[in-house]
Amino acid sequence: MNGNAPTGEPLFGLREMELNFGPQHPATHGVMRLKLKVDGERIVDCYPIIGYLHRGTEKLFELHPFFQNVPHTDRLDYVAAATNNLAYVGAVEKLVGLVVPPRARYIRVILAELQRISSHLVWLATHAIDIGAMTPFFYCFRERELILDLFEQYCGARLTLNSMRPGGQPYDLPQGWVERCGEFIAEFPAKVDEYEDLLTENRIWKRRTVGIGVLPPETAIAYGVTGPMLRGSGVDWDLRKALPYEAYGEVEFDVPVFHNCDTYDRYLVRIEEMRQSARIIRQCLDRLPDGPIMAKRPRVLKAAAATEAYHAVEGPKGELGFYIVGDGSTNPYRCHVRPTSFMNLQALPEMSRGALISDLVALIGTVDIVLGEIDR
Amino acid sequence: MSWAWLDSLRETIGQPQFTLLFAPAAKFLVAIVVILLIIAYLVFVERRLLGFLQVRLGPNRVGPWGLLQPIADILKLLIKEDTIPNRAVRWAYLLAPCLVVAPAFVIFSVVPFGPSPNAPGAPRWYVTDLDAAIIFVVALASLGIYGIILGGWSSNNKFSLLGGLRSAAQMVSYEVPQGLALVGPLMLAGSMSLVGIVESQAQRGLWFAVPQIVAFFIYFVAGVAETNRNPFDLPEAESELVAGFHTEYSGVRFALFFLGEYANMIVISAIAVTVFLGGWLRPFPSIEALAFLDLIPGAVWFFLKVFAFLFLFIWFRGTFPRFRFDQLMALGWKWLIPLALANLMVTGLLVVLLNGRT
Repeated sequence: MNGNAPTGEPLFGLREMELNFGPQHPATHGVMRLKLKVDGERIVDCYPIIGYLHRGTEKLFELHPFFQNVPHTDRLDYVAAATNNLAYVGAVEKLVGLVVPPRARYIRVILAELQRISSHLVWLATHAIDIGAMTPFFYCFRERELILDLFEQYCGARLTLNSMRPGGQPYDLPQGWVERCGEFIAEFPAKVDEYEDLLTENRIWKRRTVGIGVLPPETAIAYGVTGPMLRGSGVDWDLRKALPYEAYGEVEFDVPVFHNCDTYDRYLVRIEEMRQSARIIRQCLDRLPDGPIMAKRPRVLKAAAATEAYHAVEGPKGELGFYIVGDGSTNPYRCHVRPTSFMNLQALPEMSRGALISDLVALIGTVDIVLGEIDR
Repeated sequence: MSWAWLDSLRETIGQPQFTLLFAPAAKFLVAIVVILLIIAYLVFVERRLLGFLQVRLGPNRVGPWGLLQPIADILKLLIKEDTIPNRAVRWAYLLAPCLVVAPAFVIFSVVPFGPSPNAPGAPRWYVTDLDAAIIFVVALASLGIYGIILGGWSSNNKFSLLGGLRSAAQMVSYEVPQGLALVGPLMLAGSMSLVGIVESQAQRGLWFAVPQIVAFFIYFVAGVAETNRNPFDLPEAESELVAGFHTEYSGVRFALFFLGEYANMIVISAIAVTVFLGGWLRPFPSIEALAFLDLIPGAVWFFLKVFAFLFLFIWFRGTFPRFRFDQLMALGWKWLIPLALANLMVTGLLVVLLNGRT
């Protein structure tokens, strides 16, 4: 039963068993269901079934004015609310034509990068616990808690932030926030070292991840996979570099790219991204400009008739885009989300064919999905 | 009212046949109660220790420092509903947990917890001293597998089935290196009785872990795998197989599986201590300068060493990810078994050569 055992004709007729993995299973991260065809422990086929968390969010967008839709975005990828806010308000600003003042742009980048770190922490915690390493879970949540505290001090919410508005920011940074955030950022790289001590060179961890779930760059692109998954497959594509938005053009950071296309490399990409995010936040805190935090805008936003806009940002999981159509009223005529997790999930059956059940949980972890975003 | 019945009772107790039957039974009962308590508090210690490793507190609400937590847990499990799935194979489903627990407890009957006093008739620190104790231990340990396979198969649940299959493969393959690792010290001691093995270590003034370091290592790795503990906890890997072979079990029957796992941890540790770490002997039994350590009773040394092993079990759980099924098999068959065989040959050669010389 090793990785390269021949998978030919079964010896004694049909040996496959159908196995329902989820929607209530500890490793499916929410309510995803995988219909598996397994031969012993080997996966013959994998068929994801989604929709258990469908709430009709895209339809909800049409029922409210532009600025009242921000809370709906919080509930898409609920471990990365700030990123969703950012993508949505970006699309509205493009549609209506608002110019965001520099201070607001910097605050947005800080929030988005904090959110990236916290999303990656949740990913690392669950990924590690799926593979059987229990302790990193608690370490990661310890740091995530500090980030959530920072969010709470900024906007009062910890998870569903509602932290951005079309045209700028609803609040300025409270007194002392910059210092507290700076302290966290100064300590954070040492914490990442701590996670790496437990995992990166751990033989069992490497055995469980190196060469598992290989996703060649062509396949990744064909499936529309983005984010750390794509960069783990050796494609240097990051919207923050490729199409800089907000203040990303003004800060220095590296985009980690690894070329082995396996679960281990995707792990390395995300670990390095956490360090780079800390670097970005440091620069933003140092250069935070003064000035207004909200553009001059009418009290009620109206899009011109028959206009459309698409704005995408590099979320923690990949490209997150909002496509909004305006019809001259105060509400979006149609709002479509380009969900990262949905696209990335498509690659899961491809990666899991021929793998073992144990690999499947590693693969679900490495895809890093959030069902709130897939089902919407 | 006459007191004749008391006299007759006294007479019965005085008879040697009665002592032969009653004394071991009483000792076994005491051993079981002690072991049960140790298990209950082992779970507690594990949770507190894991809490310490994972920057959290662990259970600390029930009683002072959470000391009553195990009692509360046991009570909770006892009063929970004991469900049996509709289409389960009833007899196997009911039998399985007992099959896991019983052998683990029976093994304790041959473990010597302390030195035997010289005075004849004085109570001894073991229930019985079998002259084939090692074989007895290995045989009983393999009996426990049936419980897990039966439990997994009879639950009529695919995850349980996969868990049962995994553990069947895992435990069968790891029993081989485990048994082979035990043979090395046997050859050195020239006895299969656990008491005999410890006494032989006392005679030589050397723990067998020193000459048999390879066997010791193999035994412990295989032991962790045998008890389904992290990093070899595949049969019950919760992120893969929900709860593995005991997915469907609840209440008391689940508690029995739980009990079996922890009893097995203690068994593995106790056998490792007896065979490799000199049982009740103090550290460095040959060095006279450390003779003051003998003031501490042998049983205390024994339990200290056992707890050191149990700590290792818990530490592993806090540190390692889980192996994959095929990697686990590869480790067992490609590394541990050849290594154990090589160790056996070297030990055999050395025993023959050295004994020939003296």
